[in-house]
Amino acid sequence: MEQITILEGRQKQIFEKKKGVSQPDIACDTSSLSGSVSQRACVFCGSRVVLYPIADAIHVVHGPIGCAAYTWDIRGAVSSGPELHRLSFSTDLQEMDVIYGGEKKLYHSLIELIEQYKPKAAFIYSTCIVGLIGDDIDAVCKKVAKECGIPVLPVHSEGFKGTKKDGYKAACHALMKLIGTGSTEEISKYSINILGEFNLAGEAWIIRQYYEKMGIEVVATLTGDGRIDAVRRAHGATLNVVQCSGSMTWLAKEMEEKYGIPYIRVSYFGIEDMSKSLYDVAKYFPDRPDIMDAAKQVVSEEVKTLYPSLQKFKKALTGKKAAIYVGGAFKTFSLIKALRSIGMSVVLAGSQTGNKDDYARLKEMCDEGTVIVDDSNPVELSKFILEKEADLLIGGVKERPIAFKLGIGFCDHNHERKIPLAGFIGMYNFALEVYQSVMSPVWQFAPRKGGTL
Amino acid sequence: MKHAKTATQNACKLCNPLGACLAFRGIESCVPFLHGSQGCATYIRRYLISHYKEPIDIASSNFHEESAVFGGSHNLKIGLKNVSDQYKPQVIGVATTCLSETIGDDVPGILREYKKEFKNGTPMPILIHASTPSYQGSHIDGFHAAVRATVKTLAEKGEEQSLINLFPNMVSPADLRYLKEIFNDFKAPLMLLPDYSQTMDGGPWGEYHRIPPGGTPASAIVSAGSASASIEFGSTLEASKSAAGYLEEAFDVPRYHLSLPIGIKESDKFFSLLETLTGKPRPEKYEDERRRLIDAYADGHKYVFEKKAILYGEEDLVVAMTAFLSEIGMTPLLCASGGKSGLLKKRIMELIPDMEELGIKVREGVDFADIEDEAKVLKPDFLIGNSKGYTMSRKNNIPLLRLGFPIHDRFGGQRMHHLGYRGTQELFDRIVNTVIEQRQNASSIGYTYM
Repeated sequence: MEQITILEGRQKQIFEKKKGVSQPDIACDTSSLSGSVSQRACVFCGSRVVLYPIADAIHVVHGPIGCAAYTWDIRGAVSSGPELHRLSFSTDLQEMDVIYGGEKKLYHSLIELIEQYKPKAAFIYSTCIVGLIGDDIDAVCKKVAKECGIPVLPVHSEGFKGTKKDGYKAACHALMKLIGTGSTEEISKYSINILGEFNLAGEAWIIRQYYEKMGIEVVATLTGDGRIDAVRRAHGATLNVVQCSGSMTWLAKEMEEKYGIPYIRVSYFGIEDMSKSLYDVAKYFPDRPDIMDAAKQVVSEEVKTLYPSLQKFKKALTGKKAAIYVGGAFKTFSLIKALRSIGMSVVLAGSQTGNKDDYARLKEMCDEGTVIVDDSNPVELSKFILEKEADLLIGGVKERPIAFKLGIGFCDHNHERKIPLAGFIGMYNFALEVYQSVMSPVWQFAPRKGGTL
Repeated sequence: MKHAKTATQNACKLCNPLGACLAFRGIESCVPFLHGSQGCATYIRRYLISHYKEPIDIASSNFHEESAVFGGSHNLKIGLKNVSDQYKPQVIGVATTCLSETIGDDVPGILREYKKEFKNGTPMPILIHASTPSYQGSHIDGFHAAVRATVKTLAEKGEEQSLINLFPNMVSPADLRYLKEIFNDFKAPLMLLPDYSQTMDGGPWGEYHRIPPGGTPASAIVSAGSASASIEFGSTLEASKSAAGYLEEAFDVPRYHLSLPIGIKESDKFFSLLETLTGKPRPEKYEDERRRLIDAYADGHKYVFEKKAILYGEEDLVVAMTAFLSEIGMTPLLCASGGKSGLLKKRIMELIPDMEELGIKVREGVDFADIEDEAKVLKPDFLIGNSKGYTMSRKNNIPLLRLGFPIHDRFGGQRMHHLGYRGTQELFDRIVNTVIEQRQNASSIGYTYM
């Protein structure tokens, strides 16, 4: 087989865990190398995914049509009520707008859309060229907010001004403007906000239910099944519980500084981390031992039914090898544990946006011989999948065809999933999906398994 | 209530660079390269993958703030070098974006410099540049711009050959395979551009392919300049923007301009042209296909007669489908497109001169909010177009017949035929079945013969 080499500028973003060899820290937090076909997106993408699930606001993309067209109804973030987030609005800038400026078009677009859809707020995303043509979107937003009487929030997400992480920050910045503007009356002392949970396939509802069973009040979920009024009251919660650390840690830190609300990091994937995320919240309220009791009760009830149902999968999957390449590193940790609980090992672990600490921890967690990558690309992923003889790839839409072309199973752990993978029920769904893909007899025809080309 | 409308709501079009990337995938050993932000490449890859279900690598020059201020030249050159090193392509198809166009990067100039600076390094791929600013036109313009730029870069005048160039427009991989089969059966040498029939719908891999096998080789495109004729599909595609137009202008290769051959009449025109150009009669196989299609029209005519449809999508597809629907007795109440060539109404009028008396409306430059407003008033029996009409279809309880691009919510969009007798047969069967299914479901009796 042809030797696949790694691009010179990328070598520091990859390493293989080897015994007795001291290795430098992985390089991360850098922007993608030109020409390397990164699996990452841009600043706009970061902002758009974070704010996307807020369902009673309109999301208006200020720029040429592409950015809005490619993000129309893109996520499986579901709503229990309004569904404005599933519509795609764009100022659809044309050449003349680029020459003479798009402020007027933005203004009229907003006035009309607000009149038509009566949203609780509007988010205005600036795209690449808005930064270049010098539209003052802050001024337009201010004017429209005054005229329409709702928050109209600019999100400075010009695609080229940083990485996806900067987009997360721009989104959090917009959220910070809303937080603190609602009444906190009648919020219980035993209350939390769920941060970084986007209600894909209804996951936020599952998590929320666990906490409510423990007697905890959930003030706001940011941003899954999100509502503007809930965001406005978020500062009334006692604790912030942060999942998807990449996108929401910045917000949690800001809230800590401004409102004195501490935060903890959790993950809802896998039995171990799911249970821990309930216990950690319970621990935070030591004056109410009943909360911890309730947490134990929830875990024990769930595990009692879940554990036996996993055994069939474990039996089949034991010894199989997985490759993980997802957006945030925190999810990678949980996935490694979840895979281990069904007998699988991890031969490749990576993320688009992990930081130095994340990779240090990943290195600690992984087995000998595991390859760790930051901001990888299809060539590298394929190289390691083949070299390490993985049976499964966990990733998003862009990674899926790589797995299928090479003849291995695939589990979509990204925003297009339609089946909840979080919570205890999510662990069952995850194991089932992995089982259904890895154990399928279709792979016998793949050339890798001896099938003919 | 009618609302004033400045913003585009649920667009019925995509941006210019997407079309260019798809076209570049139809050249052998070619990597599409977007000169702009990382997001453009990633979003377009994701969008294409959801339809074609194939790995689609699109490189990006990955602009930073400095590139936006000082120009993208440095990033473009590094990117080209990295793509050359890692993919070892024979061709790199560079398409611009709104960003690089707005800052005014002189891409042809940068490519010239690059060739000079790196000429002693790795083997130099052929560099093609298409100008595709996202603030102009839509994805179909990017598609044609890339095809024209490819021919402009590669085609040369040589000794005249019996070769025929075919520029098929943005059709499915299955359509491309069918077109190749037709030429093969006519024993007529063909230069098909683009040809993503394999790159976007190929087999499994034993090892990783940096660039999937398939596509039209650059050497074949070189001879496009000495072909005996060019055939170009797409009734709103003007010579000044097309590859065949360029070849006619530069090398006197005659351009034969047809609508996308959907329906019997338009397919006949295509086969007659092939007979004229090759001097051979159509193979019996296609007579058979045509006969079966006419027979099917007879068997199914009552199901479809006077059924009303709203058609949407790229203008050329809408015109071609209008021709087809009118020959089976269906009425396209609304012919709509997000594109805006200014020619849509004219072309529909040529097909159906009494369109206005029949109440047929034509609207260009519309979005799905506009189409939905029309649908509420027109109350069609069907929507016909790509997957993106599903939201409107569900909300208004109007069945959707999916065709074209993208098909994001059904399986096998890349294997769907649209063109020629075979494609028309498939479309006709599907339309009839949509009617039958609806009738069967709506009936309280539960007929088992329909």
